[in-house]
Amino acid sequence: MFKYVNQPIEKIDGLALVTGEEKYTDDFSFNNMLYVSVLHSGYAYAKIIDIDDSEARKMHGVVEILSYKNVNQILYTTAGQGYPEPSPYDTLLFGKTMRFVGDNVCAVAAESKEIADEALKKIKITYKELKPILNLEKSEGSSIIIHKDDGAFPKIPVFYDAKKNIASKVEANVGDFDSAFKKSSRKIELDFYCSYGSHCAIEPHASVSYLDVRGRLVIISTTQVPFHVRRIVSHVAEIPVSKIRVIKPRLGGGFGGKQEILLEPIVALMTWRTKRPAKLVYSRREVFKSTRCRHEYQTKVSVGYEADGTINALHLDALENAGGYGSHALTVLANAGSKTLPLLNKIENLRFTGMGVYTNLPVGGAYRGYGATESYPAYAQAIDMVCEDCGLDIVEYYKKWCIKSGETSAIFQALGEGKEGVAMTIGSTSLVECLDEGAKLSDWYEKRKLYGPNSDFNKGKRLKRGIGMVAMMQGSAIPEIDMASAYIKMNDDGSFNLNVGATDLGTGSDTVLAQIASEVLDTPVESFIVYSSDTDFTPFDTGAYASSTTYLSGQAVRKCAEEIKKQILKVGAEMLSLSIDDVELNDSKVTAKENIKEEVSFAEICQYSLYQKNQFQIQATASHISPKSPPPFAVHFIEIEVDTFTGIIKVLNYVATVDCGTPINPVTAEGQVEGAIVNGLSYTLFENYYFSPHGKMLNDTFGKYGVYTAFDIPPMKVKLIKSYEETGPYGAKSISEININGALPGIANAFYNATGKRLHSGPFAPEYVLKILSEK
Amino acid sequence: MKLPFKINNKSKNLELFPNETLLNVLRNNDFTEVKCGCNEGECGSCTVLLDGKPVNSCQVLAMSVQEKEITTVKGIGTLYTPHFLQKSFVEAGADQCGFCSPGMVLASYSLLKENPKPTREEILVALDGNLCRCTGYVKIVDAVEMTAQKLQTNNLEME
Repeated sequence: MFKYVNQPIEKIDGLALVTGEEKYTDDFSFNNMLYVSVLHSGYAYAKIIDIDDSEARKMHGVVEILSYKNVNQILYTTAGQGYPEPSPYDTLLFGKTMRFVGDNVCAVAAESKEIADEALKKIKITYKELKPILNLEKSEGSSIIIHKDDGAFPKIPVFYDAKKNIASKVEANVGDFDSAFKKSSRKIELDFYCSYGSHCAIEPHASVSYLDVRGRLVIISTTQVPFHVRRIVSHVAEIPVSKIRVIKPRLGGGFGGKQEILLEPIVALMTWRTKRPAKLVYSRREVFKSTRCRHEYQTKVSVGYEADGTINALHLDALENAGGYGSHALTVLANAGSKTLPLLNKIENLRFTGMGVYTNLPVGGAYRGYGATESYPAYAQAIDMVCEDCGLDIVEYYKKWCIKSGETSAIFQALGEGKEGVAMTIGSTSLVECLDEGAKLSDWYEKRKLYGPNSDFNKGKRLKRGIGMVAMMQGSAIPEIDMASAYIKMNDDGSFNLNVGATDLGTGSDTVLAQIASEVLDTPVESFIVYSSDTDFTPFDTGAYASSTTYLSGQAVRKCAEEIKKQILKVGAEMLSLSIDDVELNDSKVTAKENIKEEVSFAEICQYSLYQKNQFQIQATASHISPKSPPPFAVHFIEIEVDTFTGIIKVLNYVATVDCGTPINPVTAEGQVEGAIVNGLSYTLFENYYFSPHGKMLNDTFGKYGVYTAFDIPPMKVKLIKSYEETGPYGAKSISEININGALPGIANAFYNATGKRLHSGPFAPEYVLKILSEK
Repeated sequence: MKLPFKINNKSKNLELFPNETLLNVLRNNDFTEVKCGCNEGECGSCTVLLDGKPVNSCQVLAMSVQEKEITTVKGIGTLYTPHFLQKSFVEAGADQCGFCSPGMVLASYSLLKENPKPTREEILVALDGNLCRCTGYVKIVDAVEMTAQKLQTNNLEME
């Protein structure tokens, strides 16, 4: 059916990546460059009484020092979101109040990194230590106020109450939960805690800046959102947008961690003031402590149902720890509801309540999964509990109750991103097939018969086995908010420049977008010279987040290529002396419909259009916004073995069936699934932030934090089950985020199947598992 | 100061301070294919081969390896003359963001040179020191298996 789409085409940057040719931010250095180091707060909550940098300024090689003393106090949000941002303006680049261990105190630019580091030690800072809030449940309404009289405000009209430490609040009601819950004959409640998590992109955050020959500021940065960087740097550093160019080179992974504007304003100010290039690269410890992370969450699900399994009422409540600042505090919270509750859309009475609170702990942000990772563990365990209680097979249960094509959920309209959501009817879905196929691939029915807490297989055994499953949905882009655009021009030899603002952060989107253009223009992927992203040379794109690039930027590319196709056909027809209706595209040529031998090649067409007659540049640009956010679906089946002596959970088998519409590139799509699963497993079984009693993260290295290595991965089976999403390019939906959400609930359900006990807190580390097993 | 080193089969004079790590010296002398992910010996992004053995170059003093043969990923193969191991990485889809790739390629190269027919388990052990957050390792292991297959089918040796 397709020629270039849905084909396993090798990544266009692949060979350059594996031979070390590609350049990442830290690989750019310039003559006369300054090296920047940042001093981060060691206190969770403190006021700076004074900064004395006189000794540091006297040091040979120290060129500039930035602190609250010489940086204008401009409120902003570090969240790289569309404008106006749904995150509160509560952050200063360098302020006088330190709100978490890792907050910015000051920065030094010097002739070498060593001098900059040495200078930081010579800066004398007088702090007044304040009593911090280090527990998310103690924040709301505490006498300790984290943003007190600092002018913090929401940029959009949403609930915000800094005096009560409330960074965000969301509520949505469908039907009447209270009375339906009351009337239900059976009820369950389950709470679940999700720990902090770090993205752990292997490339640390880095930014380099310089002034070009006309005095414009150029910033090369590890960013998923170059256009938001330009806008926000302009705001914070008070430099006009017209004077700023942001370049995204190769990115060494992001996962949401590079959707924050953190380092860019610092190098921008250093360069703007000194007129010299400046580079700032964070150490791994700085990335852990000072950048952004997955929000800590306490969730609770209440379900009222009947003996036949009919759920009358479901309430999901989420308490989110925003940390010291409210970056993404509102939207992650809203997604905790909007990416779970529509899944079983036949539940008539639904309620979502959520609150994000400030604490003096690290700041949350965007992280692959974006709220859904945090809400699925409670939601999906509750569904498992209902099925267990009613003696129903959960796979069949999902098949019966899940949202189907042509159906909707009132939640879509009730829960948006900082405003009302967008009503939407499901177009494409292969969720039922995913459920069936996953059950088959995992031997679900056989194993469910074999295992169980009271089975012969498990009873009295040290090693107990179980199998659990979870069905999920996510979204594809933010409807009616996110916009992507593309530009294509044709070259003499029939090749094309494809310039996109879309940000390839390692996912392979440059290749995927070229495949889409190839399909439209019936010419090989090698014909496209893809350039992303550069605010001077590529058109606007909101950036790589919200699972949007393939779906949204892909459709912009498709529209743009359609425009190019019209122009090519017009010139081709003119050259063949035929009407435009009598010609068609055919393998990098325009041919007569009647006689395929009457042909002109793309090269001939472009040469004609550039040099010969009625000359013009074959070129086009196109933009796209989506009226909806079609959910991809996924089902994960996880088989585990619990060592009841050590508390170690071993994953024996992991099966994932995924509906991403048409996988534009099945290999890179599978790679997204596998990477997300392993990240999810690592977060489920190992990863956590451990804090000192004073709020300092103690395990701020890869080794202590515990990222999965190759040796930790279980056997995995991934199967993409196609559907066709009419609103996406060639039927595509998203795939990047959804599969990180399965491990926590899937393993929790498998754990119940093995032991008869419910898990309530991630990660499922051995000591926690032993504690649960010892409970009566 | 400038001192001679043997890198990728060539003698090179590198600018360095006596207390610098091999990682810093290499990166400061334009060998930016050697990546820095943690600078604490935990992620493997800075892997180079010293006399054929993989090491984290952030944990090695440059001055201590002047006599050794240093190999970076470009010493295995370049964009213009890629090694079939590197081609396997691209074919298998083991190349997502690519930041861990130079280290992964070198760790895999070293394994296959010593053990051209590794089991899946042996591959997992050999790559245990190299972190990747994008791929979930599956396609990286596939790439190593694919290369081992190429070695056998074509009766080749790792070079």
